[in-house]
Amino acid sequence: MIKDEMTSMERVLTALGQEEPDRVPYFLLLTMHGAKELGMSIKEYFSRPENVVEGQIRMREKYGHDCYYPFYYASLETEAWGGSTIFYEDGPANAGAPVIKKIEDIESLEAPDVWDSPQLLKVLKSTEMLKDHAGEDVPIIGVAMSPFSVPPMQLGFDKYFDIMYEDRELFDKLMEVNTDFCIEWSNAQLEAGATAICYFDPVSSPTLIPRELYRETGYKIQKKVTSQLNGPVAVHLASGRALPIIDDIADAGASVVCTSVIDDLTEVKTACKGRMSVLGNLNGIEMRNWTAETTANTVREAIEKAAEGGGYILSDNHGEIPYQVPHEVLMGISDAVRKYGQYPIDR
Amino acid sequence: MENDKRASMDFENALINVDRIAAEDVIKKALHVGEGDVFRVIDTIISPALESIGSKWEAGDIALSQEYMASKITEELTNKMLPIESPQRSSRPSIGITTLKDQHMLGKQILKALISSNGFNLIDYGCMAIENIKEKLKTDNIEVLFVSTLMLNQALTVKEITEFIEQEKIGTKVIVGGAPFLFDEGLWKEVKASAMARTAVEGIHISQRLMGE
Ligand code: B12
Repeated sequence: MIKDEMTSMERVLTALGQEEPDRVPYFLLLTMHGAKELGMSIKEYFSRPENVVEGQIRMREKYGHDCYYPFYYASLETEAWGGSTIFYEDGPANAGAPVIKKIEDIESLEAPDVWDSPQLLKVLKSTEMLKDHAGEDVPIIGVAMSPFSVPPMQLGFDKYFDIMYEDRELFDKLMEVNTDFCIEWSNAQLEAGATAICYFDPVSSPTLIPRELYRETGYKIQKKVTSQLNGPVAVHLASGRALPIIDDIADAGASVVCTSVIDDLTEVKTACKGRMSVLGNLNGIEMRNWTAETTANTVREAIEKAAEGGGYILSDNHGEIPYQVPHEVLMGISDAVRKYGQYPIDR
Repeated sequence: MENDKRASMDFENALINVDRIAAEDVIKKALHVGEGDVFRVIDTIISPALESIGSKWEAGDIALSQEYMASKITEELTNKMLPIESPQRSSRPSIGITTLKDQHMLGKQILKALISSNGFNLIDYGCMAIENIKEKLKTDNIEVLFVSTLMLNQALTVKEITEFIEQEKIGTKVIVGGAPFLFDEGLWKEVKASAMARTAVEGIHISQRLMGE
């Protein structure tokens, strides 16, 4: 095959196979920008699966990145559990008041049925439509919140830490229910056409909990979920630190780890030892103010640090580019990947 | 002096290991030795321990969950020694705290626990709308307003508060913190805050400096 004729799928799979494709693959993990693209509010945009599909297609036509990303917003999952969502004009939707009011309610908690939730069905519909459009040419990245990281929205972060430290029985019960749900929800997305699942698990990050605690909790859950999914898993720490637990994440069965700007990309790449690929780690929050020069240099530096030998996909470090990041920066990232990311990498 | 230092380190270790009983023992003993002088215990044992925990979190040596549990245990202990309504507190300068419209409360909670563990008089504005905060600023005589946000769009609205304070010549100092400020070093200036802090304890130090304490 002539290298520059690669489709996005071939490019990504080659990189994940720890080989060098034609150029460095990159994921612009855009969600809310689709609303700008379609000239509607964020709330309206996420109300119809067709909008998300149209937004994703238009953005990929514009920037030429290597995936579709039918992720809506994190609290959509909690809506399936009976929660509410608060929308903003200029930022991501947030979960409303926690659904679990008293921690004792966990004892009788039951997971919702994925197929009974109109909200989840919207995401599945977007995924199916994107799959029809993309065929085998473009990877579709599905998203699931880890059973271990969804509780801050289900019951509040404080109560969650309280049970994690002081009531393991309730904690285990919550994890059990959440794990069943996460597996069903992830597999439903894979069945609808997602190529891989991006498993958001920032609470496992050493930024949030110590590694010893992670080994007893988040790690075991990651391992269990990963073993039961019918597709590859990318563990995403949503800009939390990853380096100290890279070996654990690999052991738990992840194919990809997404790392933060606070981790050194070269160190992360080395620590992965070819067992996992690396996704990351542009600072999305700072990106809003990047000049053309900063954009080009930052992309170039990331490529120089991590791209050699494949096993690297460039992206932001949170898994969602903030609404405030302008078109020029996104275009600048795309241009820089094409300029500096041709294999073999020129140092 | 040496004893205080050792006690503070014992207290810190108890907190990091989430050992309530050991933590309480250190404080009880210190109160006994110091003849019940609560502020002395705060200054010599509690504050240095919390400060060290804050720097360890910033350096990535301990995780946020440990900082949260530490702040929670300390708050329980100080509230026992120095009840919220205590006149010793209300004579101190007023600090306001809010997340603006951000729904994320954990940062504020940790901060609140630490500020109140330091004996300050604290007013919690929750996640009040900006218009309401403005009204409060006019009437409540707040010397320092702590703003904690996780969402970038909420962080950007701090500017509405700081510009209002400037316009109305209210004089309240605004200290900001939370993830968006940690990830974008220039953001606090962009929203015209008086300062940013990477940890709660740093925030307290800055506020003491700003209030001339
Ligand atoms: C864990 C996490 C999650 C978890 C749990 C979140 C939750 N609380 O509900 C999950 C997976 C559910 C999640 C989801 C989302 N997340 Co999130 N998440 C994080 C992460 C990793 C940690 C956040 C956290 O809770 N930290 C704990 C708090 C207490 O820490 P802190 O704010 O830093 O506070 C400390 C200090 O900064 C200081 N401090 C804080 N405030 C102040 C104030 C003053 C005055 C002072 C002195 C000090 C101080 O004291 C604290 C203790 O030391 C951050 C990234 C990161 N590395 O921080 C992203 C992050 C907060 N998430 C982000 C986003 C966007 C989201 C979503 C909106 C994504 C989406 N589209 O759905 C959802 C929203 C969830 C919801 N509630 O509806 C963004 C927000 C910024 C932005 N881009 O707008 C962040 C910053 C990631 C990033 N780098 O962009 N997330």
